Amino acid sequence: MQYEAPDTTKAAVALLAKAKGSAYVLAGGSDLLVRMKGGFVEPDLVVDIKRIKSLHDVKNTASGWSIGATVSCAELGENKALVKAWPGVVEAANLIGSKQVQGRCTIAGNLCNASPAADSVPAMVAAAAKAVIAGPKGRRTVPVEQVATGPGRTSLKKGEFIEAIQLPKRPQRSGDAYLRFIPRTEMDIAVVSAGVNLVLDSSGTVKEARVALGAVAPTVVLVPDAAKAIIGTKLDAAALGKLGAACSAACRPIDDKRGTIEFRTKVAAVLAKRAAKIAYGRAGGK
Amino acid sequence: MSVKISTTVNGDKVDFVCDADETLLDVLRNRLGLTGAKEGCGTGDCGACSVTVDGRLVCSCLVLGAEVEGRKVGTIEGMANGDKLHPLQKKFIEHAALQCGICTPGFLIAAGDLLKRNPNPTEEEIRFGLAGNLCRCTGYDKIVRAVQAAAKEMRGV
Amino acid sequence: MPLDTSFTGQKFKVVGTRPLRPDGVDKVTGRAKFGADYSAPGQLVGRILRSPHAHARIKKIDTSKAEKLAGVKAIVTAADLPDLTNGDKGMFDILENCMARTTAFYDGHAVAAVAAIDARTAREALKLIKVDYEILPHVTDVDEAVKPSAPVLHKNMFTEGMEPKPKKASNIAKRTEFGHGDVGAGFKEADVVVSRSFKTEQTHQGYIEPHACVASVGPDGQGELWVCTQGHFVYRNTCAQLLGMEVSKLRVTSSEIGGGFGGKTHVWAEPVALALSRKANRPVKLVMTRDEVFRASGPTSATSIDVKIGARKDGTIVAAEATLRYSGGPYYGMWAELGAMTAFACYDLKNVKTVGYEVLVNRPKTAAYRAPSAPMAAFAVESAIDELAHKIGMDAVDFRIRNAAKQGTKSSYGPVYGPIGIGPTLEAAKHHPHMKAPLKKNQGRGMACGFWFNFGGQTCTDLNIGVDGTVNLAVGTVDVGGSRASLGLVAAEELGIPYESVRVVVADTSSLGHNDMTDGSRGTFSSSMATVFSARNAIKILRERAAKMWEIPVDDVVWEDGHAKAKGEGRGNLAPLSLKEIAAAAGTTGGPIAGHNEIVADGAGVSFATHICDVEVDPETGATKVMRYTVIQDAGKAVHPTYVEGQYQGGAAQGIGWALNEEYIYGKDGRLQNAGFLDYRIPVCSDLPFIDTQILEIPNPNHPYGVRGVGETSIVPPLAAIANAVSNAVGVRMIHVPMSPPRILKAIQGDKIGR
Repeated sequence: MQYEAPDTTKAAVALLAKAKGSAYVLAGGSDLLVRMKGGFVEPDLVVDIKRIKSLHDVKNTASGWSIGATVSCAELGENKALVKAWPGVVEAANLIGSKQVQGRCTIAGNLCNASPAADSVPAMVAAAAKAVIAGPKGRRTVPVEQVATGPGRTSLKKGEFIEAIQLPKRPQRSGDAYLRFIPRTEMDIAVVSAGVNLVLDSSGTVKEARVALGAVAPTVVLVPDAAKAIIGTKLDAAALGKLGAACSAACRPIDDKRGTIEFRTKVAAVLAKRAAKIAYGRAGGK
Repeated sequence: MSVKISTTVNGDKVDFVCDADETLLDVLRNRLGLTGAKEGCGTGDCGACSVTVDGRLVCSCLVLGAEVEGRKVGTIEGMANGDKLHPLQKKFIEHAALQCGICTPGFLIAAGDLLKRNPNPTEEEIRFGLAGNLCRCTGYDKIVRAVQAAAKEMRGV
Repeated sequence: MPLDTSFTGQKFKVVGTRPLRPDGVDKVTGRAKFGADYSAPGQLVGRILRSPHAHARIKKIDTSKAEKLAGVKAIVTAADLPDLTNGDKGMFDILENCMARTTAFYDGHAVAAVAAIDARTAREALKLIKVDYEILPHVTDVDEAVKPSAPVLHKNMFTEGMEPKPKKASNIAKRTEFGHGDVGAGFKEADVVVSRSFKTEQTHQGYIEPHACVASVGPDGQGELWVCTQGHFVYRNTCAQLLGMEVSKLRVTSSEIGGGFGGKTHVWAEPVALALSRKANRPVKLVMTRDEVFRASGPTSATSIDVKIGARKDGTIVAAEATLRYSGGPYYGMWAELGAMTAFACYDLKNVKTVGYEVLVNRPKTAAYRAPSAPMAAFAVESAIDELAHKIGMDAVDFRIRNAAKQGTKSSYGPVYGPIGIGPTLEAAKHHPHMKAPLKKNQGRGMACGFWFNFGGQTCTDLNIGVDGTVNLAVGTVDVGGSRASLGLVAAEELGIPYESVRVVVADTSSLGHNDMTDGSRGTFSSSMATVFSARNAIKILRERAAKMWEIPVDDVVWEDGHAKAKGEGRGNLAPLSLKEIAAAAGTTGGPIAGHNEIVADGAGVSFATHICDVEVDPETGATKVMRYTVIQDAGKAVHPTYVEGQYQGGAAQGIGWALNEEYIYGKDGRLQNAGFLDYRIPVCSDLPFIDTQILEIPNPNHPYGVRGVGETSIVPPLAAIANAVSNAVGVRMIHVPMSPPRILKAIQGDKIGR
């Protein structure tokens, strides 16, 4: 295996583009090294992007937030302004693994690992986050839900990697939340999860909504019907009931070692309702 | 391919050569003779290999040796100040926070990081802060009490 | 001095205090050497190739390509481990489990091994070994395995203990039966009967330290083995026999052990490491990965248990019976037998019958796990007892008190009890504040009892007095949880010297006589007994030396408070001689002073516990949180109470994990799906509350200090205690462990059964 730690995006792209065998990007490494340990991947080239200084910034600009690909999830949790603006995204990022893993893992890596159970992804999808992708043909920006195409598969082409995740500017009276179900209190992969992002009008009625579910389909799914169920409401019981039903209807899960189809379908609704209530409260709804 | 790395471990300048795909844990244990960090799983699920890199708590099994070029690594071997045990080390012994002791170095490093960031944690903060470290002997009871006692001593109350 | 093991009721000076453990500093500074922390000069790296199939005939193994790889120094297959077991079936099973011969019996079964100059080369070499398998039908479920249609693992397996002996081979290795009275007649007297079937899934001991050893064997037939084990003497005997070595030529040193809980009572890879070393003529270090630990070292049994208990309306149990099926992996064991013995051990029963079936499946060879087999039987019985109490309308604790075994009770497995702790632990539970604490919505309280035999066994210790009067105590029972501290206290107590003047070490197999494993909660029980007698033997010599120094008859010298004192007329002017003074003079009074003892430590007192727990269940997700947990257990005498508490807490935590989340999950292909700590979910720190403990001390009449084993019983009640708590919280009887969220949600939202 060849290890390279270039200090510019351009150099990293060049290394990845010209790689002959299997090439992997190393950001936090909390997925890649596990797969190497298990013998599931045997990279010919690993490109460590942590020496690229520009990828280590969290920027708050007029158009929104930009989170560099090597910013660890622990650092996101320590960024007070970001936590205030996007509490759901940060709480999702801070649920990945342990404190030890938090010191390494990144939301860009979590996205590229393309697990349907990735904690930060439903929250990012609900937030309408975008991925800035660097590659041999320059940069392109895509909605995060277009990155994963199936378990472990992404739409990234040879030579491409994610440079940053963008989160939109926060309007007034907005809030997001993420909840997952795990059998223990920590250290598990989500059995099922839900991210909800809301914008309210001045009366406290839901004006805009995005609802995303994790671990219920081959990729994280955005559920427009769930959003429709609560737009124009103040999250009364009937609206929440419809939200839950829409979420359960959107589930196409599998039975596996972590949960059953039945369990995931039922609990997706429970979590979406609970997350919606938290997001509503964060947006100032009462 | 092998790589030549210059780094700092517990304040000492260290040079080593390792395979490009070798983990920091293997480097510490097999090349530097620092066997205090343990491999309980090799996949970041048990915390027994906890160390700090540039002041950040990590599982050394999830870090490549090649990554620590120019960085500062902290291990259990550097926790005591000469012959003076760190308050956490002292309280772990006093409170019988270890039975077999295999998880102990990882717990101490993680607890050290926890108290650095939060000198007065609640029981719940300690429990969630140490959730990445598995112990199979103690049921965590005496570990949590030892961390509480050390935190109190370190705050000077 | 005769070895009188009777409890004397002596007043203790240091036993029962809580000094610091002697291995503490090493363990908090990272310098303690565990299995994988030792390296030998010139050592190679050993790795094992394992079957990916649950059941397959090994047609051919081609190692030729691997042998040609530069850096490969030895390759071992079953051909390098010839059968030297001489008809010893149990030993042959161990051999075959270490390295498959004609058949791979489970996913993870070793088929070949390599020693190479480094890990990379060893890994590469494994890939170059070609194994030609013929895949056979497999069975992994305990209930499926007993069906007539199940694939039979061993064509020569005819159930033992059946009359007449079966003519058809099956996966039932053995049937055992225990009990007394007439259960048929008993049930006729019953006003209420509870009859139910229960199931528990397979769990692993989950020690954090993977199996590790460094083996070195030379062409002179001498060998060294550094290994993490619960019993280095037993490992020596087993390895020597399997490799055709003389026992005395193999020196085994036990490293610090990073948890065992029964899983390190059995050899898994050590004979393979020795075979590799012998072939390469170099030391070989072999460390399992976590994946290998789960796939190829011994978990506990999966079980299926039917229980029927009948009682009169006044709360008297009139009959109890159970049928217990325990999986043993591919090999014969005594797992169902232990379950059948322990199932009703807490109760005083007129009519009781238990039948155990040892069931073979395509899973790793079952090994002991802390009070092996008792937790599952207790889950079934204590669940049924709770249900019966409820049906009769009696409080669950009162019902148990009414039926509890006591001194003189003929136990369900045969022996008549001496003084025991089941009644006192129940009384303590009844009056514990935990029982009266209010519960909130969605919360439930449960309690349950547990029993474990405790073992004694072969033990010896060496106590040597140094020239400065400090003491070395060498013991042969591996310290798994602080026993060096306890044994130091015992030596100090007998000799009358400070705890700090005693250093306790675990001696290697060439430095001490044979010791059985640290299992059966025997470490402190048996080694403390041997330590008492070693110390008394040393005191005899100390008195002789003092007599010589004073030139008086030895019968006029007594030993008190760490001093020889002269008694009798005219001796008042002889100042007492301290141990230190006698030791200093040893060179001129007869040489070094020591005390030895070799015994079979009989009379391990049986142990009982009662646990109470509160849980909260989320009715929408089935998630369970343990809110409060209390352990009440009889220790006989708590030598070092802090470490006794630690055993109580640790056992309870393991039981909580078993009750709620831990299980081996097999795919349809017979492969283990969750061979790692990510999906084999042992409790993390945030899963548990503080675990309260109450130590009762009902002296064991067969130990000088009254000590009973304390290590295992604490894992017996939790499965049932939590099942009772969850059942009370959700209003549905839980019958399948672990009570994972999907199972609980299904139970809540499905048909209501029972209460």
